[in-house]
Amino acid sequence: MSPAGPFTVKGLSCVRGDKILFAGLSFELGAGEALHIRGPNGLGKTTLLRALCGLSRPTRGDIRWGGIKVSDLAEEYTADVAYVGHLNGVQGELTASENLKMADRIFGRGVRVASGVKDALARVGLTGLSDRPARYLSQGQKRRLALARLLVLRRPFWILDEPFTALDAASVLRLSSLIGEHTSAGGLALIVSHQAFDLPGVRDFELARFCKVRA
Amino acid sequence: MSYGMFAAMRAVFSRELLVFWRRSTEIMTALVFFIMVTTLFPLAIGPERHELMLVAPGVLWVGALLATTLSLNHLFASDYQDGSLEQLLMSPYPLSALVLSKIAAHWVLTGLPLALLSPLLAIQMALPMKAVGTLVGSLLLGTPILSLIGAVPAALTLGVRGGGVLVSLLVLPLYTPVLIFGAEAVAASAGQGFASVAHLSLLGAFLALALSFAPWASSAALRVSLD
Repeated sequence: MSPAGPFTVKGLSCVRGDKILFAGLSFELGAGEALHIRGPNGLGKTTLLRALCGLSRPTRGDIRWGGIKVSDLAEEYTADVAYVGHLNGVQGELTASENLKMADRIFGRGVRVASGVKDALARVGLTGLSDRPARYLSQGQKRRLALARLLVLRRPFWILDEPFTALDAASVLRLSSLIGEHTSAGGLALIVSHQAFDLPGVRDFELARFCKVRA
Repeated sequence: MSYGMFAAMRAVFSRELLVFWRRSTEIMTALVFFIMVTTLFPLAIGPERHELMLVAPGVLWVGALLATTLSLNHLFASDYQDGSLEQLLMSPYPLSALVLSKIAAHWVLTGLPLALLSPLLAIQMALPMKAVGTLVGSLLLGTPILSLIGAVPAALTLGVRGGGVLVSLLVLPLYTPVLIFGAEAVAASAGQGFASVAHLSLLGAFLALALSFAPWASSAALRVSLD
């Protein structure tokens, strides 16, 4: 993994329709740090994450990666970001291992050995299911497959939207230790979650501070 | 970087083929629809060879057009629903290149089989043998244009309620030039007009135009739809 970050956000505002979701949002995330973004439903957490990973444009504000605006970096920025959203991005017609192999070929930078896929499946606890079409996997197993993509792609900046949904207790533990390994190897992680999880050194970030009081 | 881009384009292409191969009913619907529609005409008009021959180029081309329109929904819709489209937007490679791969796979699975199947249906429509070659040629040139142009409204209507019908309404007017020159080329070589080469050249020009603009336009449309 190449040296990463820091990721800085300054004065970010998002307007959806005629509603200001949040304004003047700023934070900084350095290598090896994790940020847990919290807030009640409907506050704009997903909107914030989609803006941060470049899927949608914020109304105003400055997002920088390694000191350079992400809009100028364009594909060089997306090459460093791995996003797991509400949707898993798992194709039901492909088997679990095919899903990961294809992700590696499409989004990865160069061909990796098949053991990378096998290893990633093992680390999310899907070893025995590698040849099963993804549509026969349960919600939690699909979620784990989506998270295994993070391990295959080996990108420095993880943006995770409710990564713990549908996961059982053992998988929650496994995922928080995977995030821990990622940050201690110098990676960055941005996590939106309602669920409490155990991760040493994670900082809390209350989105509500940047939102107008609503009726 | 560019080597990686071509590898990614190849990977998208083979992933599309694999996914659609396992979901083969969707390819078959377009093909069977093409066969059914063109079969209805001899039944309705009657077995009069001369009358059939007159309408054959138009019927075969309209059939191909409608069958392609029917299949356009599959281009992005399921990827949109399962989130793989979102992931595609976050690829480190230019989106228009990856979209071009998706369109190419769509053509291989719909347009190409239509073109290869058309000689059989041409016999049924009493099209003279000398025009069959032109029919296949015009479809081989024309159906990629249909897939390319169709990708733009397919991308624009993602997430819109009743998007399927909307795609047809948006795309059919755009298809008319292709229909006119495609059907004319076949009619010409069946001996009802000027030489077909002129029409085929124009189809070729359309293809070049669509190749340069459609991937770019549909990737811009995708970014709008997923914003």
